[in-house]
Amino acid sequence: MEKTMFDIATQLFDGQDIRFGPIDFEKDPEVESKWTHNAEFMRLFEFDPARPISAAIVKKQYEKLEKQIEENRNLFHFMIRAKADDRLIGKAMIIRIEWSNSNCVLRLGIGAPEDRRKGYGTQALRMLLRFAFAELNLFRVTANVPEYNAGALALFRKFGFTEEVRRRQALDRDGRRWDLLVFGLLKDEWLNQASA
Amino acid sequence: MKDLFRGELVRLTSEEPEFRARQEVLWQNDTEFHRLADGDPAEMYSTKKIQGWLEKAVEDSFGPERYSFSIRTLEGDKLIGFLGLWCNLIHSEVWVGIGIGDRAYWGKGYGTDAMKLCVQYAFMELGVQRVSLGLHAYNPRALRAYEKAGFRLEGRTRQDLAREGKRYDSLWMGILRHEWLQMQNGDKA
Repeated sequence: MEKTMFDIATQLFDGQDIRFGPIDFEKDPEVESKWTHNAEFMRLFEFDPARPISAAIVKKQYEKLEKQIEENRNLFHFMIRAKADDRLIGKAMIIRIEWSNSNCVLRLGIGAPEDRRKGYGTQALRMLLRFAFAELNLFRVTANVPEYNAGALALFRKFGFTEEVRRRQALDRDGRRWDLLVFGLLKDEWLNQASA
Repeated sequence: MKDLFRGELVRLTSEEPEFRARQEVLWQNDTEFHRLADGDPAEMYSTKKIQGWLEKAVEDSFGPERYSFSIRTLEGDKLIGFLGLWCNLIHSEVWVGIGIGDRAYWGKGYGTDAMKLCVQYAFMELGVQRVSLGLHAYNPRALRAYEKAGFRLEGRTRQDLAREGKRYDSLWMGILRHEWLQMQNGDKA
């Protein structure tokens, strides 16, 4: 990873092929509504039951989310956009921040199947970790991954996360039970890698 | 049928929010209790505020996802703590939180007894597949109590918690339905 990561002038929200941006209330609801019509995406990204959500309801959810961010001050939300055409391709979030314990939970999703396996997730996670450790100055980050989400497992392992907890048979899908894995990464571990 | 609410040392009861709030406002003076039971900073809330939360919890407990009990001793009928269950109906899992606020009853099996009732309630009344909980690494007494109730340690999130200038792991435990049933058969044999 580039040394410039630790430069004050290096942009936090600007990656190689992607950038982080705010919600676009005009364009994004349509796109995200489309993702929710793909059950596979919903099952990779959500623990709640998959269900198609209309653009109007997605818009309401955005409003609720921005209100929550403003009131609770314990979460951050970014839209991931492809720099080439400014298209919405995913979401990156830091949630459940405990300021006194300096910890949080990460969430990351690439919406459309055709945008996966192109390195967007890797770039987004790199930016999200820098934001968590070098901007929010958190001490540790946590990620919860179902055992059936092979893409996410590979991604977090690639970034040096440690598999810390295996919550046995905690999820029920497709008529069987699945383990939920909890991954953790500490600031020191991230610093050592990022400067290597 | 078994009496779901009666153990060997304690029973699970409802409580008037007003009475329980008067106890909880005393318990919150004990910051060691707070730090054992919770990961957030210790705070001082009024009886009125606590009573409001308890009233809200009573209202919520008419839904299928939230169950809240007071823990009372069989001998003397003394209110010593509380028990909360959060049920995830979709994934058939219950999360548990327990606190024995009266420190005269620590380390004497009261918490273990209440936790056994809790697990029994989750599997035999709520019918879930799994019961889960979390605790702090600096609370070995709770770890032993949960192991006695049948929970298995499933891992630790490293340096999760900051207290007194040091960092501590959080421990995560679970018990599966078939493990608990096996335990019951073993107890009978």
